[in-house]
Amino acid sequence: MNDNDTIIKIEDVSKRYGKVTAVDRVTLEIPRGEFFALLGPSGCGKTTLLRMLAGFEVPSEGRIIIDGIDVSRVPPNKRPVNMVFQSYAVFPHMSVFENVAYGLKFDNVPKADQYGRVMAALADVKLDHLAERKPDQMSGGQRQRVALARALVKKPKVLLLDEPLSALDAKLREAMRFELAELQDKVGITFVMVTHDQDEALAMACRCAVMDRGKLMQTATPSNLYEFPANKFVADFIGSVNLFEGTLEVDEPDHAIVYSEELGGRLYFDHGVTGAGGEKMWVGVRPEKIEMIKRAEGSTPPTPEDAPAGCNVVPGTIRQISYLGSESVYEVDLDNERRVRVSRPNLSRWDQEDFTWDDEVWLRWHGDSPVLLQN
Amino acid sequence: MAKRAARAPLDYLGSPAIKGWLAGVFLFLYTPLIILILFSFNDSKANIVWKGFTFKWYVKAFENDQLREALFNSLLIAVVVTAISLVVGALMAFMFWRFRFPFKGALESGMNLPIVVPEICFGVAVLLFFAKIGFPTDLPYPLNLSQIIIAHVAFAFPFVAIVVRARLESFNPELEFAALDLGATPFQALKDVIIPHMRPGLIAGGLLAFTLSLDDFVITFFASGPGTVTFPVKVYSMVRFSVTPEVNAASTIIIVITILATVLALRAQKPVGKES
Repeated sequence: MNDNDTIIKIEDVSKRYGKVTAVDRVTLEIPRGEFFALLGPSGCGKTTLLRMLAGFEVPSEGRIIIDGIDVSRVPPNKRPVNMVFQSYAVFPHMSVFENVAYGLKFDNVPKADQYGRVMAALADVKLDHLAERKPDQMSGGQRQRVALARALVKKPKVLLLDEPLSALDAKLREAMRFELAELQDKVGITFVMVTHDQDEALAMACRCAVMDRGKLMQTATPSNLYEFPANKFVADFIGSVNLFEGTLEVDEPDHAIVYSEELGGRLYFDHGVTGAGGEKMWVGVRPEKIEMIKRAEGSTPPTPEDAPAGCNVVPGTIRQISYLGSESVYEVDLDNERRVRVSRPNLSRWDQEDFTWDDEVWLRWHGDSPVLLQN
Repeated sequence: MAKRAARAPLDYLGSPAIKGWLAGVFLFLYTPLIILILFSFNDSKANIVWKGFTFKWYVKAFENDQLREALFNSLLIAVVVTAISLVVGALMAFMFWRFRFPFKGALESGMNLPIVVPEICFGVAVLLFFAKIGFPTDLPYPLNLSQIIIAHVAFAFPFVAIVVRARLESFNPELEFAALDLGATPFQALKDVIIPHMRPGLIAGGLLAFTLSLDDFVITFFASGPGTVTFPVKVYSMVRFSVTPEVNAASTIIIVITILATVLALRAQKPVGKES
């Protein structure tokens, strides 16, 4: 990536409060014009990182470079970034227009141009008809739009969003996901969003960074985070996964086999993996990648066609079923009582009747389904 | 059908017995004041029998140069005290809200001391203080009011501080961050966001300080030097000879001013809709 295409460079940034390390040596580059999400459980340091981008916190170590300028120690009012706060922080004593115009007076925008710019920003968020309203006469969703317009009117190089959808009700949240993504497309400004909600991050962002306990776990596109998680934390945090501890038995350039006591069987990889043989490691298999087949007493394991005999197939018994409409989720107990989650799309209107409680089944998956995870 | 819904304590307000009791309480509270005001319009020298309606006591009170001078002094003192108390009280509230420092808890409780100390003790303390430091007693008018002003500020500003401090508790810190984020300097953020939020507290606290100063007798009595007289002190000296309807009229004026200020203070504290 060439330097001109990178808008934010976070270089080895740490933030300590006394003995607590909130952000631990994070290095990250965000390209110009991207919708980027910082994702993680509460207390993982994502908000601290965002506040360092905004200038409300100074890094204990490392540098933050925005558009080629080191801003690590630049106060928030001198940074080319603006933020949409979790509470929206719309000024209650000002009208919508005054709120949006507030930031312009510090940019030496001539009075004559202010009106046009404010109204254009309000039009971008579809609020131009409410310019004279006071914030206390508006809904939460409308106040959020005011906060968006107020930040965007300054034409920042980066827009920071702190849990932008967390205060909205479920229906509106869903609608706002698309609107935010569309708005970002339209204004072309780099968006950096902090969220603890993986659906939100996966749905909106071009790329996500997953954080845990101050450390950056993985930075990838939503689909790569889900399909190729770098470690156990990411696999477990994003979506749902069956994790099996095991040891590497076969480690060839084009295939690998892990034996797992927990699974009571072998997992075959149709590709090479990185990891020393004999070492304990974790293998993840997503519930929707597991196929369920009815099992008759004494039948031979129906090994998938792309795996050696006896691999990637285990017997089990259905214990729980959650019917979720578009799919059903089955909790299957293996012979050793280990519970495995399997999901199955209800492609036809009768699919959910194929399996019922206490059905004996084979579980099997393809050689490209399991993911080897480093701890 | 349920026989009868369970009644919450406030539901009993509807019963005639409670209404009667309530009326009795109000009667007990306000009868003296009503009589005082009523007799200020009485066309008789004695405060005993109703002879007819007149404004002459108000005219007489206004024609009384000393009384007028005392009223003017009181208003002047109250205005200056309000201004100083607002600044000192608001700064104090801001300090306790914003900063952490050693002994903060003790200092914050100490701030309430002038409120809880009996006025008479405070008055004596003020008297001793001015005598000890040798505060000049022969200053020309209106500087000779400064002793009273200093004493009043000392007991009035904690009221401002408490009201403003309470108001600041409801401040959303993200509002200040937002102002900074949009380009305001910390001082501009204070002016544009924090002070507007403090405003209802400032108005309420200011009016409190104003009324406290206006009708204070005890502390003023000790703090005032020779030749300086305030309205309550003047009324007291008039009462020593006899309670004339002129005193009633003068008192009524003070009551009206105080009530007006209180009503304004309550109005200012009323939230203007919900805030984000």
